[in-house]
Order: sequence, then C-alpha cells, then structure tokens
Amino acid sequence: MKICVTVKQVPDPNLPMQVDPATHRLVRNPDQSILDPADEYGVETALRLVEEHGGEVVVVSMGPPSAADALRRAMAMGADRAILITDEALAGSDARATARALAAVIRGEQPDLVICAIEATDAYTGMVPGMLAELLDLPQLTFARQVAVEGQTVTVHRDIEGATQVLRAQLPALLTVTASIAEPRYPSFKGVMAAKRKPIDERDLASLGLEAGAVGAAGAAERVVALEEVREEKQGQMVTDDGTGSSVEAIVAFLERIQVV
Amino acid sequence: MATRRVWVWTELTDGAPQRPALELLTAARGLGEAAAVLLAPAGDEAIAALGAHGAAVVYHGDDAIYTQYAVEPQVAALAALIEAEAPDLLLFPSTFTARDVLARLAGRLGAGVIANATSVRFEGDRLLATVPYTGAYVATVTLEGPAPYLVQVRPKAYPVEPVGGQAEVRPVATALDPAACRVQVVETVPQVAEGPNLEEAEVIVAGGRGLGKAENFRLLEELARQLGGAVGASRAVVDAGWVPYSYQIGQTGKTVKPNLYIACGISGAIQHLAGMKGSKHVIAINQDPDAAIFEIADLGVVGDVLTIVPKLTERLAGR
Repeated sequence: MKICVTVKQVPDPNLPMQVDPATHRLVRNPDQSILDPADEYGVETALRLVEEHGGEVVVVSMGPPSAADALRRAMAMGADRAILITDEALAGSDARATARALAAVIRGEQPDLVICAIEATDAYTGMVPGMLAELLDLPQLTFARQVAVEGQTVTVHRDIEGATQVLRAQLPALLTVTASIAEPRYPSFKGVMAAKRKPIDERDLASLGLEAGAVGAAGAAERVVALEEVREEKQGQMVTDDGTGSSVEAIVAFLERIQVV
Repeated sequence: MATRRVWVWTELTDGAPQRPALELLTAARGLGEAAAVLLAPAGDEAIAALGAHGAAVVYHGDDAIYTQYAVEPQVAALAALIEAEAPDLLLFPSTFTARDVLARLAGRLGAGVIANATSVRFEGDRLLATVPYTGAYVATVTLEGPAPYLVQVRPKAYPVEPVGGQAEVRPVATALDPAACRVQVVETVPQVAEGPNLEEAEVIVAGGRGLGKAENFRLLEELARQLGGAVGASRAVVDAGWVPYSYQIGQTGKTVKPNLYIACGISGAIQHLAGMKGSKHVIAINQDPDAAIFEIADLGVVGDVLTIVPKLTERLAGR
C-alpha cells in the first residue's frame, strides 16, 4: 500500500505569530518553524498502516527550501521518502492554489491513500483536504479518530456534532485524521540518522506542469485587503492563592456579584 | 442592480434546522434575498422554520441518498443547482459536514473560499469578509470572482432572528450518479452529551494543560455541574487526547459567548482566546502569574487549579 501524507512547516504555534504588514503574509522564520504538530498524527497513522499491510509512506509538502527540515522530521519518524514542492512563484498561495500544487504531485504518485491533518496550525482554514480530494477525484473520509483498512475497503470512525459516525469507502481514498487517532512516535536516534540519507525530491512549477498564474499569489482567489492588529486587555482583579484554596472566597464573592450564584 | 441572491447551506438535527444555519439566514437577509439549501429528507416544520427565519426560498432535495452517503451527493446537487440558478453568494456554517461539503464544492467549481469569517458584506460588487487571523489580527479579505462566492462563517457571528416569513419550496431533483457516491455512512449514533451544550451554556468551565492529566478533568465536570454549566477544553488538551474534539474551544473548535467562562490551567494562547473572548465574565485560574489568559480576565487567580477547583465546588455545594 502506498500512502501519501501531506505535511506543512508552520511557525512554532507556541510562539506569537507575526504578520508582515506589507505583504499581509505570516512571517515564516525557518529557525522558529516546525513540522505542524497536527501533521504528526497523519504520519503516525500512515506508518502504522504500512507496518500492518506493507508498503511505502511518502510525505509531500509545499513550502520554501527550509521546509525540508519538516520533511526530515517526518522521515525521522519513519516515512520512506519526501517530495518538496518549492518555487518562488508559490509564495502567497491560498487554499485553492495549495490544493492545485499538492494535487499535481500526488496525482503522479498514484497512492492508495492520501492522509491530511484536519487543518494546518497556522491559517486554520481546513479547506485544502476537501479541495484536494475533489481535484484527485478521491472519496474523502474526514475527522477520523480511528481507521482500518481491510482489502480494498477503508473504514473510519469519527465524531461529529452530537454523534459518532462510521464511514466506509473503497481505496483509493483521502482521509483527514484528528489528534485522537494515535500518539505520534518520537523519532529515535537511529531514525534521525536514517532520515539524513533518505531522498527529498524537489519539484518546481515547470516540473509539475503548472502555470505560474494557477498558484502562488497570482493564482490565489482569496486576497487580504486590510489587516488590523487587535489587542484587548482588561483591567481585572488579581488574587494570589496561598496554596490552601484561600482564593475561593474571592471567587465566590465574584460569582455573587455577577449573580451566577 | 438586481437583488443579490444569497444561499445558506442548511443541515438538520432531530428534524429541525441547526442554529448556525438560522444565524446565517440573518446575514443573508441583510445582503439580499435569502434562500436556504436543504439537502436531506425533512418535514414541513423544518421548511416552516427556515421561512420563519427569513428564507424566501427553500431549495429542498428530499432524497435519502443525501444522508446515506457523505459529501459527494451534496456536492453534485449543489454544483448543478449553482449552474442552473447562478446565486451570488453561498454561506456555510462552521460544522464538520459543512466544511467537508464546502471544500469539495470549491474544488469542483475551481473557486476560492473564505473560511472563519465573522462578518460578510458587499462594497459595490466586491465581497468583503472579516476574518480573525492568528488571534492577534483581524483581516479584511476579498475573493476574486467569478460568483458565486463561497464563505464559511463562524458560529454566533450573527443572531438568530425570527421574522415570521414563509418560504417558497423549490424541489431539487438532480439526477445523482450512484457511482459518484463513494463514501457510505454505515452508522450514525447520537451521543448524549451531559449537561448543557457548550454553545448554549451560560457557564463554561474549561481546562488546559495546567490540569496535568486527563483524569483531572473530572474536577471541572463537578464544578460545572454545581454551576449548571458545561465543560470545554483548549486545543492542547484535545491534541493530547484527554477529551474529544467536540470539547475544543478556540479558533478551531467552538466559539462560545457564555455569561461566565472559568479558564482552569489554560495559558491563553491566541488560538484559544479567539473562541472565548466574547464571554461576558472571565475567571482565570493559573499557576503562572504571567499567563496571557490573565490579560482578559475579570478575576485572575494565581494558584493551583487542582487545589482551588475542588475547594470551590465544595464551597458552592455547601451553600
């Protein structure tokens, strides 16, 4: 079974995000960027499926050359090889342009499964997987918290508002996986060393047969026309607990004041 | 200029339109002629409710195939309907199914999408949407045409307003190719949520990493029960698998505006604040006096949640 996992290098979500006021784009400092934690669940899911059924895990990313670090991390976890779509003309891509570029690469790989995170931990639109499924003409099984493949059938358990659901489709298919699907493994020293020797295949627009006007800022339908920084600070009351729960009286007094109790 | 036609993609729970769809009808009415697109078997009451909230038209596909298969029959019918009727704008709520249908539809139409909008308006023929961006910024975003524009709107961005109208029903009779319906819904089991639903709760007790481990969520449940509230969580905790995704409050996850929000062991990452800063009152309990959550708290308590929360529950129970 061949599985393509889409991954993204994102600014470390634990650090404050910065936006370039001139371009309205997120500032992507390679030293403060990591493999999106949300993508580790997809990589882990793919590795487990391949451990069970045999096959190959290919991680695919679009980004600047420094995004190779995120791909190395996924290969240190165990992915077999990586493809990095990198081209200056890709800067400023929106979800549609991103899906087009990823589809161009994945189409050539002919995988049995494509696995994506439910959304990236920077823009949070969650639009790329569904667009990608459509462009690749694959059925989409989303928000999976459990996945099983038997023969050519993939079955997914998922949680939606107010219900749990079981979905089923035939391979090939595209999945999005949530954080509850599996605990991602931490790369071993051996894995990190092995990843250094695994190939990263760099692709530019020309090699993908994509027109520059279809991707990047030129191919983006979504445009930011204005950006405003918002900071809200309240001058609230602060109390410090003495370690025994002494602050409870202040909380109760507050609850009484706002008439919750 | 002809009246703009704005469609709201609608889904049902227990036979009634979901609240986010009713909110979007308010938005749609403000922009032009509002129509609801309802692709699911539905009774007269559901149609009447959509009309009463401002839908002048309900495009109704009654076929059971829409609930037996995920996404693809919806997208096929929507694409055909859009081609036939050429609406100006489609609004989608931020539910799981809406996201799936919207993204695939965008792929089919070759269109761009604005996600996470908190307001939508037109300036001349240009669509403009307000989108919170990284929590620290608010962006004004437009979409390059052609119409229809596709926009996903966050919950509670617009109020539900019953206006007492009646909708004209137009049946959707798209011939669907069974071979294009590839994802079978094998089973749907309603989950009985304890206590009030997060989006409607007046009091929310939410937990973050500061709780230390999954088992400690029980302490929040007990406090929430005492206050008649619901329990929520930060993304960190959901990512760690302590509670299901449905608990998540934030830029991803739910947007809540309760009367009282008690943040327990939540540091206040911008992603989390985006989903709760509309709360009327905020109490934050955190060990770290520099935690960002204190910046938006009406009452900030520096201390150990594992000591304070059970003591608070006990104190309230004794009243």
